[in-house]
Formats: sequence, C-alpha cells, structure tokens
Amino acid sequence: MTGISARGIEVRYNGRPAVAGVDLEVAPGEWVVLVGPNGSGKTSLLRALAGTVAAVGEVEIGGRSRGILGRRRAARLVALVPQDPVLPGGMTAAEYVLLGRTPHLGYWAAEGAADRRMALAALERLDAASLAGRPLGALSGGERQRVVLARAVAQDSAVLLLDEPTASLDIGHQQQVLDLVEGLRQERSIAVLGALHDLTLAAQYADRLVLLARGRVVAEGPAAAVLTPEHLSLFSGARVVLLSGPGGELVVAPRREAPGEERGWGASARAGAEE
Amino acid sequence: MNPEKPLRRVGPTGLAVALGLLIAVLVGGVLVGAVGLAPGRVLAELVDRLPWVSVDSGLSRQEAAIIWDLRLPRLVLAALVGATLAAAGAAYQGVFRNPLADPYLLGVAAGAGLGATLGIVSAGAASPIVPGAAFAGAVGAVLLTYALGGVAGGGRAGTTLILAGVAVAAFFTAVQTFVQQRHADTVREVYSWILGRLSTVGWTEVGLLAPYAVVSVVLLLLHRRLLDVLAVGEEEAETLGVGAARVRLVVVLAATLGTAGAVAVGGLIGFVGLVVPHAVRLLAGTSYRVILPLSVLGGAAFLVAADLGARTILAPAEIPIGVITAFVGGPFFAVVLRTSRRGWGP
Repeated sequence: MTGISARGIEVRYNGRPAVAGVDLEVAPGEWVVLVGPNGSGKTSLLRALAGTVAAVGEVEIGGRSRGILGRRRAARLVALVPQDPVLPGGMTAAEYVLLGRTPHLGYWAAEGAADRRMALAALERLDAASLAGRPLGALSGGERQRVVLARAVAQDSAVLLLDEPTASLDIGHQQQVLDLVEGLRQERSIAVLGALHDLTLAAQYADRLVLLARGRVVAEGPAAAVLTPEHLSLFSGARVVLLSGPGGELVVAPRREAPGEERGWGASARAGAEE
Repeated sequence: MNPEKPLRRVGPTGLAVALGLLIAVLVGGVLVGAVGLAPGRVLAELVDRLPWVSVDSGLSRQEAAIIWDLRLPRLVLAALVGATLAAAGAAYQGVFRNPLADPYLLGVAAGAGLGATLGIVSAGAASPIVPGAAFAGAVGAVLLTYALGGVAGGGRAGTTLILAGVAVAAFFTAVQTFVQQRHADTVREVYSWILGRLSTVGWTEVGLLAPYAVVSVVLLLLHRRLLDVLAVGEEEAETLGVGAARVRLVVVLAATLGTAGAVAVGGLIGFVGLVVPHAVRLLAGTSYRVILPLSVLGGAAFLVAADLGARTILAPAEIPIGVITAFVGGPFFAVVLRTSRRGWGP
C-alpha cells in the first residue's frame, strides 16, 4: 500500500513564495481535500507533489523519496489530474486515455494489447466507453472531465492528485465525478488528495480537510473542525452560514447581504452555525 | 464492432494510398525526361536488372546510362530529401507544438546558407567542399541555438528555443549577405543553391545523404508515440514520466542531422517540411503515429513529383525545384485546408 507524504514543502515563483513550508500526509485509501482561498497555494502544492515544479522539501511516495524513484517510476505511483488539462482537439478519447499507460512503457516501446485493454477498461469504468472514438474537441465539459479521469485511472497509480476536478461542471456532474473518485478510492484503496473550491462538497467527500492560506496550513482535521466561522473569513471575507443537512452533513451556504446590513470585505466573518 | 477500433493507428488504406502514390511518381519519374526514351524499353531495361531475369530492352549503352546514372539517382535523391524534410517538419511541429514549425526553424537554413556561401566563394560552386560546408553550417547553427536558448531561459523551454533560433538565423543571414556582397560574382551560384537543386546529382550525392536520411527518419519514426505524449504539454508529459526537454533534444538532433544532409546536397528546398505534414494531418488524423509514417512517404512522393515538373515543364531548361514546391504546394495546401474540418485548435 502506498501513500504520499511531504515535509517542509516550499515553492517559489520568481522569489515570491506560493507554498511556505507545508507538511502533509495522505494514507492509502484516505481522501484528503485541500481547501483555501484563491492563491493560497493549493495548485502549487499539488504540482510540487507531482514533481512538475521546482520545490524545496521532501516528498515520499510509499516511503521512498521522489528524487530516488525518478520521473518514470514516480509517475507509475502518482497521477495528477490538472485543473486545466491540455486536450488536443483532434485526439480521440481512447488515444488520450492510452497516454495514461506512458509511465509503464520503455522509452522506445509501443503500447501492447494489454495497455489498450486497460485504456478501454478505464473509459468503461468511468461510463465513458461510448466516447472512445470521439475527438476531444467534440466533448462536453462533463464528458471531458470523465475522459481526463480515465487517463489517470489507466495510469493505474496508487496516489491520485486532483486539482479542482469539478471546476466548470454543473452540480450533477460535480457529484458524478466525485462519486466516481470515491468508487475508485474504495475499490483500489488509492490515496486521494484533491483541491476543491466547493466547501460543502469538500466537507461531504473528504475524510479530512486541510485548509491552506498564504501557502501555509491553517487548519487540518474533520470538516466540522476546519470549516469554522473564523477560518471561513479567510476566504476573501466570505459571507456564509453553516447549516446542517438532513443527514447531519455540513452545508456551507453563501448568503447575500441584506440592505442595511454592514457592508464591506472582511466584515462578514459573523458566520455561525444555525441549528 | 472491434472494441479496439478507436485505437487503431495507421490504417492499411492510408499506407497503401501513400505507397501507391510514391510508386506511381517514381515510375513516372523514370519514364519521363529531357531525352525521349520509349516507356516500354525503359521498363524492360529496369526489369532486366532484376535477378534471374533477362530482357533485352533494345536501348543503346548511352541510353541505358541516362536511366541508370542520371534519372535514377536523381529520383532516389528527391525521394530521400522529401522524406527527410517532411519527417523533420512533422517532428518539429510535434516537439514545439507549433503549427508554423518547419525543419528550418532553429537556424538550419541560415547556417547551411552561410556555409554554402563560404564554400562557393572560396572554392567555386562545383567544389565538393560545398555540401560539407553547408552541412557544418546547418549543424553549427542549431547547436548555437541550443546554447543560446539554454543561456537565455531556464530548461530550454520550447518558446525560448524558437526565439533563440530567430536570433541565430538573423545573425547567420546577415553574415551570409555580407559575404555575398563582397563577392558579387558568385551571387548567381549562391542564389541557385538557395532555391534548391537536384539537377547535378549522381550516386555520389545519394551516398552522401543516405546514411543521415536513414538514421534521422528511423529515429524520428521511433519517437512517434512520445510526440503524442508531448501533445498534452510539457508539464503533463512530466506527470506521465516523460522528460519533455530530453525528448525534444533527441528529436531536434535527429531532425537536424537529416535536414543538414538534405540541404547539403539539395539546397534549401522550402515548403516540403511545412506542407506535407499538415496535409497528412488534415487528411488522416492528428496522431503522430499516423502523421510521421505518412509524411515520410508523402514527402518523398511530393518531391519526386515536384522534381518531375521542374525538369519537364520548360524542358530542356529546368525550373528551380523550390519554385515548384511553393507554386504547387501553396494552392494545394489551401484546398486541403478549406475542405477539411480537422484543425490544430481545440
């Protein structure tokens, strides 16, 4: 079983720190969700874990250092679903998903029948088998996201990093994608680390939340402990109410300020649980 | 339905069409020439050389020499140059993810131009050192581009390299113009070299180019899967375990070797490396597993056909082949672009 852990991660862009010393651990089969305002370092942290940005600190995958594993072996263990994946318009969904087999192939090798089967099985697993022959340019937002996830599934990794996998999806598709990830997590006990903007979905799907602000971990733990009025004021002074759903689940509902109420950014940290 | 159908690569139909086209233009090329020889006799002469076959073609020794020492080496060279330039162009478009990329992108043309000019100025257009000088200039220019790109931007990112190539090409072209101005008497030879020529070649030139062309084309073909991986961008390629910078370096070196060899013997034949891969992409699909092999065959066929036009349209005079490739390639490309729905964008 393989999880991922990071110690002292720092990422800088032109000297400006985006991630300033983060420790993090995701156990096999665990789903950890990164939350935080825009610019809090969620994407940079995920990129550091995926090895696509220069970072200070130690990343260990299944107890072994990423540096020692090397690029290709690390890619067999960690898959990243980027926030804004590059989707070549003329490539078919099946061809795209087949790219997920890349880390399992030698430099000169071509995919074999087993790789093709795994790619098509990944599409099927995400209820996207019918999209196989379609060019990526002709897919809708929801279809596209399932195909991108299918590529990560074909990669057959033990760790799945998701950067805003539900951005630009309607609410039904958001749930569909998260349910698919949840299914994969249970089936293969993969470690899932995802960044999500929607705090209600984050609270409902995560085993544990990690709240980032200005590149640091501000709070960590179960949703009820992290999504407090004090912490929610970090989100650009959001005006929200914390509600309890019919099953006792946490709901973070945005609230428009009524006329006459106190106005202004940062003045609305008065969110409180209404029971 | 075959469940693996969406993953089938080069269809046998596509390969058969491209191969048929190439064979057709090769046969056309050997039958037609400035000296009229009866087609039946030419074919008989060719068949006669097959093992265990003996046919009397009825051609004189001199006529047979026209076929064996003039037409055939020229055809083979046109095919090699066309295949190499088209494969290099396709590979460049892949590693730089740029539809405007052609084999001359990183300064090969300017470097070869300077090398050839220096060679022509110092030893004359007919000198055997001209191809060598052009080859050295082409390879030197690309190495300089890589060095400059590495100094300028971290990690030799694609765009940095392209900009470094622009700088190197401008510098080499300036030097070449200066040298040319100082030796105005050679302007005509230099100019004719720049427009491309396959007219004065024999088996020697074929022998010079063949090793570079074969190594380059084979290396590029072997990278066709990795070029598809690079289509998702450098960062995602990294998360798939592929070092984009290293793949780009190997592909650029392979393409440079082939291109330098091609310009050394054939001059700066333009348009092949840009138009052939695009035509293939528009007609047959966007995967490099399709584009590369079909570009090799299509590039060879295109240049053989262009050379056939170059030596017959105004016979016995010859038109520079670069004029033909641009004159025919431009409108042809426009038609393909208009009638196809496949494009570069998303």
